[in-house]
Amino acid sequence: MKTLFKIFSFCGLGLTVVPAFLVYHAVLDMEQHKMLALAGTILWFVTAPLWLGRGPTG
Amino acid sequence: MEEKDIVQQLDSIEEFEDQPVPEEKTKSLKSFVQLVAGEHIAGTEFVIGPMFVAYGVSAKDLFLGLLIGNILAMLSWTFICARLAVKTRLTIFYHLERICGKKPALIYNVVNVLLFSFVTGSMIAVSATAVGIPFHIDMPGLEDMLPTGIGWIITVVIIGSVITVVAILGYDIVAKFSGYSVPWMPLVFIAGAVAVLPQLGVTSPGNFWQVANEKIWTGVPFEGMPKFTIWHVAAFAWLANTNMHIGLNDTAIYRYAKKWQYGFASAVGLFIGHYMAWVASGILCAAALGVVTPGVIAYNSMGIAGMLAVIIAGWTTANPTLYRAGLAMKIILPRYKRWQTTALVGLIIIAMAIFPGVVTKLMNFLAFYALVAAPVGAVIFMDVYLFPKIGLISNYAEYSKSSFNWAVAVTWLFSFVVCDVLHIYFGIEGFEFFLAVPGWIIGAVTYIVLSRIFQSKHLKVAGIK
Repeated sequence: MKTLFKIFSFCGLGLTVVPAFLVYHAVLDMEQHKMLALAGTILWFVTAPLWLGRGPTG
Repeated sequence: MEEKDIVQQLDSIEEFEDQPVPEEKTKSLKSFVQLVAGEHIAGTEFVIGPMFVAYGVSAKDLFLGLLIGNILAMLSWTFICARLAVKTRLTIFYHLERICGKKPALIYNVVNVLLFSFVTGSMIAVSATAVGIPFHIDMPGLEDMLPTGIGWIITVVIIGSVITVVAILGYDIVAKFSGYSVPWMPLVFIAGAVAVLPQLGVTSPGNFWQVANEKIWTGVPFEGMPKFTIWHVAAFAWLANTNMHIGLNDTAIYRYAKKWQYGFASAVGLFIGHYMAWVASGILCAAALGVVTPGVIAYNSMGIAGMLAVIIAGWTTANPTLYRAGLAMKIILPRYKRWQTTALVGLIIIAMAIFPGVVTKLMNFLAFYALVAAPVGAVIFMDVYLFPKIGLISNYAEYSKSSFNWAVAVTWLFSFVVCDVLHIYFGIEGFEFFLAVPGWIIGAVTYIVLSRIFQSKHLKVAGIK
């Protein structure tokens, strides 16, 4: 389960940053980038507390 | 009954305000990286990056100046602050009381609480400016001194209250919250800057440097602004946090480090927050045609995610600062618990943040803060490292059972006055921060000389010449 949360979290980080590079390469427009960045942000903050700082090394 | 339980739980949070942190309570390197990485990515990075654009810094001066300044800051954190914190495991506030006595420590702590409150208040105000854009609340500009309406006041009260509650719950909660935002926050700065590069005419990595020189850091200041050079940038990057490193306020955090080498963890926060984020927010400012309002430039480039970044960036810095303020207030009001003193400071900060003028004066205030903190840091550093080697008595107020060590009080005042005179007669615009360095050196030398004089009675008794 923890692995699944981690995957979602990293997808969230990806959604936050990757669309900006697609704007740079004229694949996406600014509005699409802003929507995806928001989705990525929500995904990160919902899933990160479920695994970040937990476990043996926490 | 439930209310009583909460109070009992809060009373039981032990933060070692007046004793060394025990070895078993020290924190891992990971915990430190999380905390300091979050601490140096503040809402004010959205203000400082555009400031370099406005002050006409050239691209080469910016990149090199930030490199020099941040390396010096990291070394200051490691070899002065972290090393001393791990050796003593005390907060500066309690340590100072042992050196200079209750009365001067009380004065220093009152000044510190006010300064911490100002910084935290400005973080809250910057965060609050971001909230107004999507919700159409009438938010003040950064040049406004007074609140613009009930919407602004409610926003500040809500943001300030959340920050206060998190700080009350202690260091673990602060570190945890910083940890959640650390990986995400730098990505927002990077993404925002990359997304607006095409608007500035960057079509490939190859022409970035040309655009940087021609459209972002042009070397030409905005009208009415002085010109900043590489040395202004380096001095600012090194000494903007004087109070924390050579002023030793970050001993409150680093006393929890297992090893003094954890001070190098500051590099993570510095090179993300005080390098990458300042560069990125400068790009955002140029893309917004010179607009410098944090909320606006973040929202233009990243939408609501950008707005959240400004709020959370302010939050993660405000939390440790308020935590320190709570510790300082605990020394002033020893009969109260730390959570109670933190709550009190939180209320003061919320009241300050309602007035957006706290942000307008932030730069002047940070320079003043540096001047206040540097000589005190020098006094403690000399007391711990040099005094045992040259036969002077460390923790003299505790040793002599005095409530007022004149050597410290005179040192502090003398250093402050000399630096002010230096600034008035030789001051160069924009170099106010650099006065912390002569302030530290003057403080160190004066304290040694005065201690030799004021300790002479006890040194004779102890047979020390």
